[in-house]
Amino acid sequence: MAKRYGMVIDTVKCIGCGDCVIACKTENKVPEGLHRDWVVEEVSGEFPTLHLEFRSERCNHCENPPCVHACPTGASYVQQGSNITLVDGGKCTGCKACVAACPYDARFIMPEGFIGKCTFCLHRVEKGEQPACVSVCPAHCMTFGDLNDPSSEVSRLLRSRKSKTLAPEAGTRPSIHYLV
Amino acid sequence: MNEIAIITNKANHLIDPVLHFWGWEIPVYLFLGGLTAGILVLSATLILLQRHREYRWAGSGLLLFAPVLLSLGMGALFLDLEHKLYVWRFYTTFRLSSPMSWGAWILLLVYPLNLLLIAGTLRESFPAVHGWIQARLRGRSADLTARLFAWSERNLRRVAGFTLPVGLGLGLYTGILLSAYVARPFWNVSVLAPLFLVSGLSTALALVMLVTADSREHRFFSRVDLFVVLVEILLLFLLGFSMFTSTATQQAAVHLITGGELTHLFWIFFFALGLALPLFIELMELRGAHVNRRVAPGLILFGGLMFRVVVVKAGQLTSWISN
Repeated sequence: MAKRYGMVIDTVKCIGCGDCVIACKTENKVPEGLHRDWVVEEVSGEFPTLHLEFRSERCNHCENPPCVHACPTGASYVQQGSNITLVDGGKCTGCKACVAACPYDARFIMPEGFIGKCTFCLHRVEKGEQPACVSVCPAHCMTFGDLNDPSSEVSRLLRSRKSKTLAPEAGTRPSIHYLV
Repeated sequence: MNEIAIITNKANHLIDPVLHFWGWEIPVYLFLGGLTAGILVLSATLILLQRHREYRWAGSGLLLFAPVLLSLGMGALFLDLEHKLYVWRFYTTFRLSSPMSWGAWILLLVYPLNLLLIAGTLRESFPAVHGWIQARLRGRSADLTARLFAWSERNLRRVAGFTLPVGLGLGLYTGILLSAYVARPFWNVSVLAPLFLVSGLSTALALVMLVTADSREHRFFSRVDLFVVLVEILLLFLLGFSMFTSTATQQAAVHLITGGELTHLFWIFFFALGLALPLFIELMELRGAHVNRRVAPGLILFGGLMFRVVVVKAGQLTSWISN
């Protein structure tokens, strides 16, 4: 069965330290000024019952990826055998159709002109390691694994807690789930 | 309240703090692409109705402008590409799900059809230009050109029959290119495609009025444009209506032009100056008033460009997530 890699991020445990961001930049040598992941702080409700939530965000490696559908050259593609969305810089024209199509604003333009984005640290995953952001999280709020495997930690966490995805109404079926 | 703030350093070029990845190049490309589509639809229709001889500029003259206008538009599109040396990659594949891929191939069809229509109408409409070309060619190239002219004249209606759907496709594509993006609530409205087509047709009619010296041709196409502008206003109403009655995200998106930061640009520079005023002038002309004949078409062309500027900008300001 094909892998459906995903992340489960515990928003209750996340302290918004930004270690995941630094780890990603270091591991993937992301050029200065550009970021594959980021942390948001969302405050909702009315005083005095305000709710604060930290979220580490990145490409959602959607099951129905609009970026891949929008790409006119096939440079944006889904890795065979999994749901990891990647970009082939040698095919990319830098037309930015995928940037327009992504509801999460997770793509950016590399200095060379092609599109950059989170790869779930595919080079690490292929060696059986965790993505860099997950491996360094000091709060252990991020878990990576195969959502298709009912015995995986990510599947177990999703069964045990209430969770949400970002902009589910966009119909992209994201693979990053947030425990709330 | 609901406030979302990025607390780590995310400042990706052209993405943050708000998307602005498509600058002036894309509205210019969409405007010139729409104008070319309008020219092709207009000329092909007149040829099919066998009325192109009556209206020299609408039937054949504008066809001489079309490749230049489209090339300028494609030049703007090329300038927008971030990985320019890989532009040829558009033509190594066809992606059914990508409107941009459809557009790339449609653009490639436009040039030969446009050339054949020019070849088929030039001798009759612009004999001096035809003679000038013939006089400068020698030997094999003269023979090939003469055969091209003869073939195009014989098959003119057939070529126009192929050109009409391609022109309609090009006009619709300029709208579908944007409306296909679910991620951008301001663009994700299906009526955008016919609206861009009708707007493109209106700008082509305006160009006829601008270049023709024949008052009969000017008067006739001024009346046609009057009708087309009314259709455009109806489609604009439908665009607003469909967004107002849609999800909260789309209601927030339409607020950009109904009180938000693009309100002045939309209502003053596009709607008032580029649509309502020329409509009023055309109505006055219909009643016999004398207004400089270049004012209304000039305003329509200006409005066509402003419309695309507003739409391209508005789409980038709207999102499902309010980071």
